[in-house]
Amino acid sequence: MPLPLTAEDRLHLKTLQPQIAASPKGRGQLIPLLQMAQKALGYLPDEALSLVADHLAVTRSEVYGVASFYNQFRFNPPGKNPVKVCMGTACHVRGGEIILENFERKLEIREGETTEDREFSIERVACVGCCALAPVALVGETLHGHMAPSKVEGLVLRVRLEKEKAEREAAHS
Amino acid sequence: MITLTADNRTIQAREGSSVLSACLSAGIYIPHLCWLEADAPADAPAACRLCLVEIEGFREPVAACVVTVENGMTVHTGTETVRRLQKTALKLLLSVHRVDCKHCPANKACALQNIAKFLGTGLGCKPFERVLKEPDVDSRHPVLDYYPNRCVLCGICVRVCRQRHQRPLLSFARRGFETVVGCFDADPVAAADCMSCRACLESCPTGALVQRTVVKG
Repeated sequence: MPLPLTAEDRLHLKTLQPQIAASPKGRGQLIPLLQMAQKALGYLPDEALSLVADHLAVTRSEVYGVASFYNQFRFNPPGKNPVKVCMGTACHVRGGEIILENFERKLEIREGETTEDREFSIERVACVGCCALAPVALVGETLHGHMAPSKVEGLVLRVRLEKEKAEREAAHS
Repeated sequence: MITLTADNRTIQAREGSSVLSACLSAGIYIPHLCWLEADAPADAPAACRLCLVEIEGFREPVAACVVTVENGMTVHTGTETVRRLQKTALKLLLSVHRVDCKHCPANKACALQNIAKFLGTGLGCKPFERVLKEPDVDSRHPVLDYYPNRCVLCGICVRVCRQRHQRPLLSFARRGFETVVGCFDADPVAAADCMSCRACLESCPTGALVQRTVVKG
């Protein structure tokens, strides 16, 4: 099931609306407009697809077909801590698939999806450029080398604890 | 009218029609999945690769649905090369198909079964590996269930939906091995017509689209 829109998403959609309305029309504009929408929202919710479709007078199903064809478009919001598991050659050989599966199980989402609290999302990436550390995963901006299934739980827990700590501190001050 | 020879028989065809439609209307069966009767050679998607024939003067077998009939053409629909290619194409289709005919609503009315019978092959896909999609049922459509592992991606449902409706609901989605017939579900207005139309359900050759039975409880 797609995640419901947040207040922030709605705000972005509202600013997107006049931008799209002011854009040129024509079928050729479909991809540029989808890119514009994704730039504003970080992903393409159904509402954004409808907005683009209605502006270009292209059917919604066609817009969905095009958007789902390209890897660059995503239908789930990026998490605050995007987990990127490397599937490059070296990481693949050292068991990158297993690391991915462990993240999926721990976070209870599939690759390409986002947790309900929007804290985590999982995606697979090609080489991150540090094959000596294979298998590699990125959590947010931090790189974790020599990944092992046993490390996955600790990483997720650490992010959640840090968030709690930050919330506590914010409540104090 | 155009006169041509197909399998050593002289047949007549309307100008501008395809070799496939000429042969079919003369009672010469050529296996096909993605072709619609109204398709002119330029409109045919030629996606299923089953309607291959050998035509004298052509170096290689060609899809009969995209070749326009010409006077004096000589067509062979059942040569060894053609049959071999058709069997391979069918096996490739079956390699992404869940062969579970007993539980399939299209059982005995299934284009794949008919073609397999015609070609004299079973429903196996050796030497190809069977690769199935997840999940087995897609219920995003408001009133239909879509079974990606029954679908042969012939595109007939997508095309009839586009022909019938100003705002079609069906479209191909994703790509490569992951291609499915998708639907965009944010539009309940368009979905209201689906129950009365049913064109996609009736035209599906393999039972990949099924009307959802509402479970009461």
